[in-house]
Formats: sequence, C-alpha cells, structure tokens
Amino acid sequence: MSDVLTAPHSRPIDLVPLYKALFLMVVAAFVAVPLLATVLGGFKTLGELRTNPFGLPTTWEWENYAGILLSQRYWQLLWNSTVISILTVVLTLIVASMAAFVFAHIKFYGSEMLLSYLTMGLLFPAATAILPLFIKVRDLGLLDSYFGVILPQVAFSLAMSILLLRRFFKDLPHELLEAALVDGCSYIDFFRYVTLPLSRPILATVGTIAFVHSWNSYLLPLVMLNSDALYPWPLGIMVYQGEYSSEWHLILAFITLTILPTVLIFIFAQKHIVAGLTAGAVKG
Amino acid sequence: MAMVRRRKAIDGRLSALLLFLPPALLLFTIFVVLPIVEAAWYSGFNWNGFGTPTKWIGLDNYWFVFDSRGFGTAFRNNLLIIAVSLVIQLPLALSLALILAERFRGSVALRMLFFLPYVLAEIATGLIFSFIYDGNYGLLASIFRAFGAEAPHLLASTQTSMLAILIVVVWKYFGFHMMLFIAALQGMDKNLVEAARIDGASRMQVLRHIVVPLLYPTIRLSIFFAVVGSLQLFDLVMPLTRGGPADSSNTMVSFLYNNGVSRMRVGYGSAIGVILFVICVTFAFTYKRWFMRDE
Repeated sequence: MSDVLTAPHSRPIDLVPLYKALFLMVVAAFVAVPLLATVLGGFKTLGELRTNPFGLPTTWEWENYAGILLSQRYWQLLWNSTVISILTVVLTLIVASMAAFVFAHIKFYGSEMLLSYLTMGLLFPAATAILPLFIKVRDLGLLDSYFGVILPQVAFSLAMSILLLRRFFKDLPHELLEAALVDGCSYIDFFRYVTLPLSRPILATVGTIAFVHSWNSYLLPLVMLNSDALYPWPLGIMVYQGEYSSEWHLILAFITLTILPTVLIFIFAQKHIVAGLTAGAVKG
Repeated sequence: MAMVRRRKAIDGRLSALLLFLPPALLLFTIFVVLPIVEAAWYSGFNWNGFGTPTKWIGLDNYWFVFDSRGFGTAFRNNLLIIAVSLVIQLPLALSLALILAERFRGSVALRMLFFLPYVLAEIATGLIFSFIYDGNYGLLASIFRAFGAEAPHLLASTQTSMLAILIVVVWKYFGFHMMLFIAALQGMDKNLVEAARIDGASRMQVLRHIVVPLLYPTIRLSIFFAVVGSLQLFDLVMPLTRGGPADSSNTMVSFLYNNGVSRMRVGYGSAIGVILFVICVTFAFTYKRWFMRDE
C-alpha cells in the first residue's frame, strides 16, 4: 500500500493523495479480508475459528486441505465442471463463428432479420423460461446428462458471441476474401484457413466469456442434473455445505480449493479475462 | 470463364449458407425461443409437468402471482438492488476508476484485486459471506464480541437479510463497473483535460464539466448492466438465504425457483417467467430508446 503514497503524481503537501490512499486501502480491505479469512480459515480447527477468525492460525492444520485433495469427490467435481465448460466453449466457438461468418460475408434475403432474431437472446436471462426448458430437455432425453446443460448454455451464449465475432470478421481486410475467391478458394475453405487463424484474439475473448459463465453457472445444472456423479462444482459445494453444515473449517477449505482454479486462471490470463468480460459487455 | 467462376461463387455461397447457419438457428430456436413461447402457453394451465397439460385456467396463474405477498416483496427487492447499485455501487466504481486509471505503482494490482470478485462464482461468493455473517464463527460476530456486544444473525432475520445480500452484491460487482469506467477513461482524449487545466480550471471543475460528461455513455451502460444484473440475480441468494427467512430476501428469479421449479408447478412458474420476460424486454427496449439512442 505504501507505494500508493509515493505515487509520482502526489506532491508532498497535497492532501488529496492521502485521502485517495486511505480510500483505496479501505476498499482493498473490504475486498481482501473475506477472501483471506476464507483461505486462512481452512487452516484452522473449528475451535480456533470461533476465537480467532481473522488472524493467522496458531497451528496450521493441513489435514483440512489434504483430506479434500485426497478425496475422489473434489476431483470428480472439477472433472465434471471442466468437461461441461470445455465442451460449451468448443461448441459455442464452432457454432457461433460459422453463423457470424455468414452474417459478415454473405448477403442474402432475410439476413438482417435472422441476425436480429438471434440477438433477441440478449434481452432476457435463461431463468425466465427455465421450466419449459426443463421439460424440453426432459422430452429430448437429455435430462441428467452433460449435454442437457451444455446445449442450453451454448444456445444462450450464441447471441453475444455472434455479435462479437461478426464485428471482428467484418473488420478483416475485404481484399483477402476477394483475392481468395478469384483464386478459386471456396467460402468454407476461406473460413477454415484464413478467417479462423486470423481471428485468434476474438476467439479467445468469446471463449473466455463462455468459459467463465459455464464454469460458474448454477441454475441450469441445478435444474437439469439429478445425480451427484455429474454435478459441477457449484452444485457439489452446496451439497458439501449441506452435509457439513457448521463445520466451517472444512467448508472454507473446500471453498478455497474450488475457487483456486478460477483465481489461478485469472492471474495468468487476466488481460484476456478483463478484456473479454468488459468487451463483451460494451459491444453487446 | 467469368460465368463459370461466378456460378461457382454462388454455389459456394449457398453451400456455406446451408452448412453454417442451421446449427446456430436450430440450437437457438429449440433452447431459447421455443421455451419462451411455451412458457406463455403453459402459464394458462394448472400443470405439474407430467403428461400433457389439460387443466386450462386462463389467466388465473397471473392473478395468483400478483396476489401473493412473496412476489411483491421479490419485486421490491429487485428495485432495492437497483437503487443500491445506482446510489452506492456506481459512485464507488466511478471514484475508484478515476484514481486507478492513472498509472502508479500498485494501480494495476489494485485493479485486479477489485475485479477478482466479479470472476468468482456467485455460489462461492455467497458461501464465503454466509461464513462472514455466521453468528457463531463469522468475522462479523467476532467484531461484535470484541466490543462486548451480542453477535447479530444478519441472515436469520427478516429485517436484515436483504441488507446482508446488498452488501455482497456491491462487493461482487463494483469491480466490473470500475473496469468499464477505466476502459472509458483510458480511451478518452487527454487534450481536452490538459487544455482546460492550462486555461486555469481546477481539478474539480475539470472533473465536473469535462471528464464526467464524457463518461455519460459509460454511465448509461453501467446503469443498464446494473438493472439487467439485478433482474437475473439468483445464484448469490441461494447460499446466503435461499430467499428467506419468510420470503424476505427473494429476488424475482429466486421466487420463481422456490415457488415454481422446486415444486414443479409448471403453469405458475411459467407465469412468473413470462412476467419476468416482459419486464426484461420492456426495460431493454425503453432504456435503449430513451437513453442509448446514439450508441
């Protein structure tokens, strides 16, 4: 925090930067304390948690974490979440980029109308039609399967993804397509060998948005999945909390370990994630 | 030769069209559009989801929704979340952005710290805070005990449950709005600000008459997301209160879940869904028409 005080724009007698530093410190504490207390709480015994919820543990109880890391349950949850999220991302990218390519490069009767039809998906959340969606998924025989969650997730992420991808495809140099067509390259080959390789940044952005939403999603899996064996981690952690209702030291360790992948990915890919989530918001 | 090439291009276009468009259209129609249309149809029935719906009751489900006290509370709670987003979260995000848009040591790290809650799952966030608020083990309880006061059970009282949720909402989402403002500030033309400073405008004057007006489009966008986010808030409520006690902290979506989905009252739940849909679409259209015309 001290480097805020010595920031280059602050002058010694100017009091404003001190206010600012204080303000930043308060907000930083507001954000960080709950997270730190969660991580540290996982290292404490239940008794110590009661008397000392803030500070460092007197003795570090590694058993809480070790017990969870050695349990099959934890890995099963992460595996389910990983499968669901990755399939959602892959399907979203394939389906959305194909559609976006058509809307960007091929003029045909009704294309405007179809595009506005697809972007209607931006107007309302999945929750509004969750009951009919449940019945639809049940009638399709997809209830209690990964795809019962994945397909609706893909469908709901299409609107935003197609808009972002179409804008990017349109901004690619138009001469490329004309030259390729003159050389006898088909639209489909052009899409595969020129458009997609040139569009890595936007694919990363769209993929990131779809991944974060799928990885964190709760309502759809809650409604579509019945068996514990298929639960992604947000569902699993709610079950865990139900079983160990007031053994907070275990629950905190479990929370820490389940948000750990998110935090690690965030630290390594922060640029993509921030750019993706805010770009998606702004351009949507 | 030219004719052949031309025909080939048209054929190529057609095959690309027929290959590339149907997957998106099919998925979207089956899983997004049809359910909404069916919700309108199902909402006329008293139906538990098995067999085919036969008990047509007209608009009764809608009257049941509007008559129930729970839905009114949920609607008010959604408005409360929007109000807090506007009165507390937006100024907080804006003032943090004004500080952190400048580069100094630690500014990027702080931006990331403030954005981190937005990336965390709502479920994890809710559980973390149900620990913080826990009357026996939580941080809040220990603060109260340190002052010799009785620990409050925020989540267990109808008076305070919504307050507890509102604090978590601010904690989780202010960083996202801050990032929107930072992105806007960094894209802003610095010359205007410098010219005003040279002409003798004070920092406050520059802020009030130049920077904030230039941010109006972003502020309108931020308000739009705050409202849309509030209308879908659900995941955060479940680990904290499940909408209770006594329906005091339901949002419209958690009300839909608790009264429609978990009891498989398809008609009733669909009616709530349709109401929510109408609110969302009406809001999106009027807001875009009135406030975001230029964008």
